[in-house]
Amino acid sequence: MGARPSFQQEVSNLLYASESTPMQCCIQCATCVSTCPAAEFMDASPRRIIAMIAADMKDAVLASNSYWYCASCYHCSAKCPRGIDVAGMMYALKRYSLWKGRHREGLIGPDFSRRFVKMIMKTGRAYEPSLAPAFLGKYGWRVLLGDVKTALRLLSKGRLPLLPSRIKRVRPFRRMLARIIPLGGVA
Amino acid sequence: MKTYAYFPGCSLEIVAASYDRSAVEALRALDVELKELDDWNCCGATAYFHIDEILAHTLCARNLAIAEKQKLDLVAPCSGCYKNLYFTNEHLKKDADLAEHINFALEADDLHFFGKGRVRHLMEVFVEDIGVEEIRKRVTHPLGGLRVAAYYGCQLLRPRKDGEDVESPTFFEELMKAVGAEPVPFPPRLRCCGGSLIVTYRKGALAMVRQLLESAEENKAQVLATICPLCQVNLECYQSQVNEEFGTHFSLPVLYFTQLLGLALGIAPKRLGIGAEFVPAEPVLAAFR
Repeated sequence: MGARPSFQQEVSNLLYASESTPMQCCIQCATCVSTCPAAEFMDASPRRIIAMIAADMKDAVLASNSYWYCASCYHCSAKCPRGIDVAGMMYALKRYSLWKGRHREGLIGPDFSRRFVKMIMKTGRAYEPSLAPAFLGKYGWRVLLGDVKTALRLLSKGRLPLLPSRIKRVRPFRRMLARIIPLGGVA
Repeated sequence: MKTYAYFPGCSLEIVAASYDRSAVEALRALDVELKELDDWNCCGATAYFHIDEILAHTLCARNLAIAEKQKLDLVAPCSGCYKNLYFTNEHLKKDADLAEHINFALEADDLHFFGKGRVRHLMEVFVEDIGVEEIRKRVTHPLGGLRVAAYYGCQLLRPRKDGEDVESPTFFEELMKAVGAEPVPFPPRLRCCGGSLIVTYRKGALAMVRQLLESAEENKAQVLATICPLCQVNLECYQSQVNEEFGTHFSLPVLYFTQLLGLALGIAPKRLGIGAEFVPAEPVLAAFR
């Protein structure tokens, strides 16, 4: 007893609130690919990822950059003729890869998401400048320089916050979150 | 005077302060009041859904419960916040187990989600609750055929909510016509601006921004109008980086739709936050006043 779940079953189980058609219904028509603004940058297109999941190619799927390059624009989900929430599936893959610590090295997305969530759990509000130094260096000096210029221009227009904003009732807020994630918080 | 609970979201606090100011001013001119949601918290953006769905819904539910306490419908001007708040509201209404689980957490902050409130995008307040015809009647300073690329972006329309037209919506163009602007053909109006990829995958996001700017320029738009702070920042603040990356020469002002609306309602540009753009809008706007 207790057969191991297939990768497809694992991913399906992660689609907690999804009301879409199961991804097993995919007919490989590639409508998702034609609507996707990021497909050209992905190792494997959304259509291919669905096929790879069905073929239980767990390692190859998790090692791809595809799901971390999804911009969550939901064009695929809106246009899929079978009604599959492809963008929701990409979210599920992100969660799975963070949960298992099995995403490709060198991507900024996983690190950014972790840091962002930790920040919100602490203060209740987003303050992006505190996140910037950790990841901008990864793009190299040219982008860094461009971003410093952008930041200075924002500052001169009064559009860059100097201090982090936080909610007033931080303590009850943290107690609330602790009731959802009781031990240790987010990885 | 109709009143809404107003969820500005983290972007509107500073980087998109002109969206905040112009939304409040334009609605006041139309006899609608926005009352900032008491002690609101971040909607979780996309990052929270990358970590844990229930945690993400809890964050949104706290805001929904506060709005319910104030007995007001909740308005979000940012399309990302709107999408998160809207769908959490829907999921919790339909899923009693999820609601019970999250209400246990909300108790720690003395709150409860009943599922009585509605979530609106700021654009919906204008085009559905007030109505394009009513706005047309209130225009005192029509925009004289200003050529506008009306950019819908993603999350106001997608994921699909109920029977609405997500393939070929026209409400933004109609609103622009009502204030005397001329919406230009803008084929990628429903395409993505790159969203948070601007942080996590810069190269891809800049390419997406480039496609949008290219189309707006081809169609001789004088201004690109947005309904979301993330779109505004990507399209405008990263325009110079697009130019550096691709050797292009874009110089297109990107304004919030509420700023154009405010001008048409006779509100002074300064009170609408005009002047805080990287690409100044004043030169094109001056010709129409």
